[in-house]
Amino acid sequence: MNAARKKKLMMVLLILGVISVVTALVLYALRQNISLFYSPTQIARGEAPTYHAIRVGGMVVSGSVLRDAKDLSVHFAVTDYSHTLVIMYKGILPDLFRERQGIVAEGMLLDDHQFIATSVLAKHDENYMPPEVKDALARAEKEKVKPRL
Amino acid sequence: MIAEIGLFSLVLALLFAILLVAVPTWGLLVEKPRLINAARVYVCGQFLFVAISYCCLTACFLNDDFTVIYVLTNSSLTLPWFYKLCAVWGGHEGSMLLWVAILSVWMLAVNFFSRELERAIRIRVLVVLGALSVGFILFLLATSNPFLRQFQLLKSTGRDLNPLLQDPGFLFHPPMLYMGYVGFSVAFAFAIAALWLGRVEASWAKWTRPWTLAAWCCLTAGITLGSWWAYRELGWGGWWFWDPVENASFMPWLVGTALLHSLMVSEKRQQLMAWTLLLAISAFSLSLVGTFLVRSGVLTSVHAFAVDPSRGLYILIFLLVVIGGSLLLFAARAQTLQNQRRLAVVSRASALLLNSVFLGVAMLTVLMGTVYPLLIDGLGLGKLSVGAPYFNTVFIPLMIPVFILMGVGVHLHWQGDSPRRLFARLNKEIVLSFILPALLLMVLEKKINAGVYLGLVLAAWVLLSSARVFWTRVKQRGMRDIGPSFIGMVMAHCGMAVTMIGIAVSSGYGLQDDVKMAPGSHAMLAGYTIEFISESVLTGPNYHGSRARFLIHNAHHHAEIFPEKRIYDVGQMAMTDSAIDVTPFRDIYIALGEPLDDDAWSVRLYYKPFVRWIWGGGFLIVMGGLCALSHRRYYTHKKPLPSLEAPTL
Repeated sequence: MNAARKKKLMMVLLILGVISVVTALVLYALRQNISLFYSPTQIARGEAPTYHAIRVGGMVVSGSVLRDAKDLSVHFAVTDYSHTLVIMYKGILPDLFRERQGIVAEGMLLDDHQFIATSVLAKHDENYMPPEVKDALARAEKEKVKPRL
Repeated sequence: MIAEIGLFSLVLALLFAILLVAVPTWGLLVEKPRLINAARVYVCGQFLFVAISYCCLTACFLNDDFTVIYVLTNSSLTLPWFYKLCAVWGGHEGSMLLWVAILSVWMLAVNFFSRELERAIRIRVLVVLGALSVGFILFLLATSNPFLRQFQLLKSTGRDLNPLLQDPGFLFHPPMLYMGYVGFSVAFAFAIAALWLGRVEASWAKWTRPWTLAAWCCLTAGITLGSWWAYRELGWGGWWFWDPVENASFMPWLVGTALLHSLMVSEKRQQLMAWTLLLAISAFSLSLVGTFLVRSGVLTSVHAFAVDPSRGLYILIFLLVVIGGSLLLFAARAQTLQNQRRLAVVSRASALLLNSVFLGVAMLTVLMGTVYPLLIDGLGLGKLSVGAPYFNTVFIPLMIPVFILMGVGVHLHWQGDSPRRLFARLNKEIVLSFILPALLLMVLEKKINAGVYLGLVLAAWVLLSSARVFWTRVKQRGMRDIGPSFIGMVMAHCGMAVTMIGIAVSSGYGLQDDVKMAPGSHAMLAGYTIEFISESVLTGPNYHGSRARFLIHNAHHHAEIFPEKRIYDVGQMAMTDSAIDVTPFRDIYIALGEPLDDDAWSVRLYYKPFVRWIWGGGFLIVMGGLCALSHRRYYTHKKPLPSLEAPTL
């Protein structure tokens, strides 16, 4: 093998090495940091894993928002109109968090009907509905109609 | 009437853009100079009519002409006049018009500043830019006409500009960002023109550099402003969220930075031509992808305006034509542009190449994280989101070699160097950049955070190495003859280091506390006592709300700040207006959450050391870029370039 070829080979090996390291990093990071979305119905059916970072969402149930008198703990229920899920959170709720508004929460599921949120997201527009929530509502609606047919 | 003039001008502008593509191309085919030179007139015509159109839309806003749907949805009678001026780009249609207007400005600039450029290249550049204009103006007219009228709601007071956008940041951030995005179209056009012509002149890189530099400066400024604005207004104290739309602006920046450096190799050494062309194509393609991601509504974020499938489809097709076409052209022609000169393994050119490769890879990982949820959703495999931790895990390790190379590269010779000599020259800097941060942290902080230490080592390395290279240059040439590009380079590199310090320290030693506070109560944060003094009623031009008074004090410092909670009258939308006590070395940031029972509020308190340095660094980078742009050689083209060793193309 002459010098030029050797150099080229080294270059190719180096590039391959970098690419594989980066790919490994990407795959690892993706696996650790992806959070899947579940609707209250899916959670009621036990489809969601417990003690694993996931996202849930739905409409905030009217009159379900209860605050602690001492600190910033709050809990509220979200619904897709066929099942509800209680979400516990400690901290400041976003400006657009209101009753009967679509929200998404990130956090961990404790059991079939309790969820501890690390963050609550409500979007920045009064007419806005998170697409996941819209989708979940539509699916719940469909399933409700089915038995009647 | 005004709206109709605007629309009509836009149609005329489209006509000029089509002529700009068709006539000179035909002229090039049949070799008629008169037809070829007509390009200049068409560029001016397009600019004129786009400008008229833009002014008409602005006039509609100032006159509160609510029969224009776009004005109705983005303005209101009570909106202050300066927000009306920039409400023009507060929605989808207007911001696309702004895009076209900025493109026309860049085209006019190319037309005037590139007169001495060889005609074959210049005309092709203008034709390519004309083709892009056709695409965008057609998009405006076909799917997002900002002048559309309605006659049902005649007595309306307007639906108001989104309250989040009612902030001074909105005056500067979008136009700056667009200047950058669109500016890369010039580098793109130069690349396509060279490929079309089938040869790259030695002066090609020299001609492309100032345009790239100008666009890159604007993009840097736009991103910095956006980050600062997010920190104040949207973010509850965060300055970067890895939001898809932020990523959309960051990806062209990464590739643009790589392009800037690769162009240098192409200009000085006539090497890496193909790589440079590829980067030029990618930088603009990513700007287009950014527009697609933001405007098509596939992404949902603060920046996404409206969901309209026909728009998305149009942009998707446009994207396929532009990116696919240019990459095909590149694949077909790049071979002929390649030259045989090899890079020395250890040389400045190879360091620059390696750095641009790392920047490219970093861009790909960001791209991956941004489009992965879309791909999975598109394939029907579920809805997921890729969070900030992904980007931090992947992106930060990739920045380590970039910073190391940044310090090494400036010391290498173009012709080739040996690692041992390099080490002998820089051993002091290497040792110091490990020791100094350790000493600083030990003196100033109780516990040493490994991440912060790493960040500071990298920053110190870049700072020391830049200082060293500056000192060497001054000793060699004297203070007078350093040259603005060199000063600009040193400034920009130092800016990166400053930003790095800000990021590392503020994320490593920042504190956050959410507390319940009532007037009269106080909280402790990072050695400061924060007292909630009182709360008062707030009334603004188009909002009402509450205003709180906070006192921040410790032994040496005493300040009062006033965070607000505003309810905007039109949409009844609540907005948090935070207040910040600023010093160069730390911010104390207070935001009102929500009113709780018995006068109390939920309050978020932040202590952010060195957070100003993040934007300070960005400012330094922009200044460095502008300084390099002031170099005289970009503006005097009379003398033929001294050709390096041998013409290779």
